[in-house]
Amino acid sequence: MKRFFAPLTDPIVRRVVVASLTLGGAVGVFGLSFGVASVSAGASVWQTCALSFFVFTGASQFSAMSVVGAGGSLVAAFGGAALLAARNFVYGLALSSSAKSMAGSLPRRIFAAHFVIDETTALALAQESPRLRKIAFWTTGIGLFTFWNLGTLIGALAGNAIDPQKLGLDIAFPAAFIVMLLPHLRTKLGRQAAVLGGALCLISISFLPIGIPILIASCAVLVGLRND
Amino acid sequence: MINPQPQHLWLMIIALAATAYLFKMFGLIVLGSRQLPKVFDRCLGLIPAALLAALVAKDTFSIGQTLVIDARVAGFTVAVIAAWRRAPLIVVVVLAAGATALVRTL
Repeated sequence: MKRFFAPLTDPIVRRVVVASLTLGGAVGVFGLSFGVASVSAGASVWQTCALSFFVFTGASQFSAMSVVGAGGSLVAAFGGAALLAARNFVYGLALSSSAKSMAGSLPRRIFAAHFVIDETTALALAQESPRLRKIAFWTTGIGLFTFWNLGTLIGALAGNAIDPQKLGLDIAFPAAFIVMLLPHLRTKLGRQAAVLGGALCLISISFLPIGIPILIASCAVLVGLRND
Repeated sequence: MINPQPQHLWLMIIALAATAYLFKMFGLIVLGSRQLPKVFDRCLGLIPAALLAALVAKDTFSIGQTLVIDARVAGFTVAVIAAWRRAPLIVVVVLAAGATALVRTL
């Protein structure tokens, strides 16, 4: 423990740790909204907590429960969520060259892999030295995991006690998705994929089973085949 | 709302947890530092844009298989404005829910 806390006297390390924990707090509030929305969509408190603990990738969890809440099939709910989780694969690739210095031995890498998500990748790759990258990855990963799961539990318990329709909570999912979508609209390709994805979904909604239009919308990523 | 059987939902949660983990572990454990084709990277990177937009469209403008315009459009509009002004997520969600609830009481 002493070895772990000693580097905190280093101002650069302290800045990285503070950034990670601030982000963790924000994510905890996000977890709170997931907890409320997930039980409103029909999951139990245990199932909601299991999603945050074992799946641990926000957009996929939100997506799965949004399809379940709309009455879609579980296969469709799984499909959309799995596609969203696929971006963690890209993050794993981005982190792969630092895997040795960040996580070392195989058992440790097996453990570290659970924390490969948007925020840990962003904060780790923003650091210049392997040592800071390692500190950023682990403090962000463990901090986020703790806050995300605590937030989920509190939200799930609170969500059980309220009427979601009356409080307008059916808009909680899309409102959260809008916030998550915004950074992806910075590039031209991102905007094209978003417009096409939204359109494909709305066009197919009336004649395809619930949940499938989300999968159809993923075809919009093919705009990435063009090189510009 | 038709809720799925709890045990079926558990199956989906387990399958999703396993799938998400496989995606995450690939780069750290299997791949080392090999590279994939650029175009593959680019398409995978566009998944959130396409899927999140589709989810927003579905959750705002449909009930089941029917396209509808209802109180959620008010919440949607408020959420877009709030997110655009860089409000934190919880503020966006609360404002959107408040707007939707308010329109429902009219």
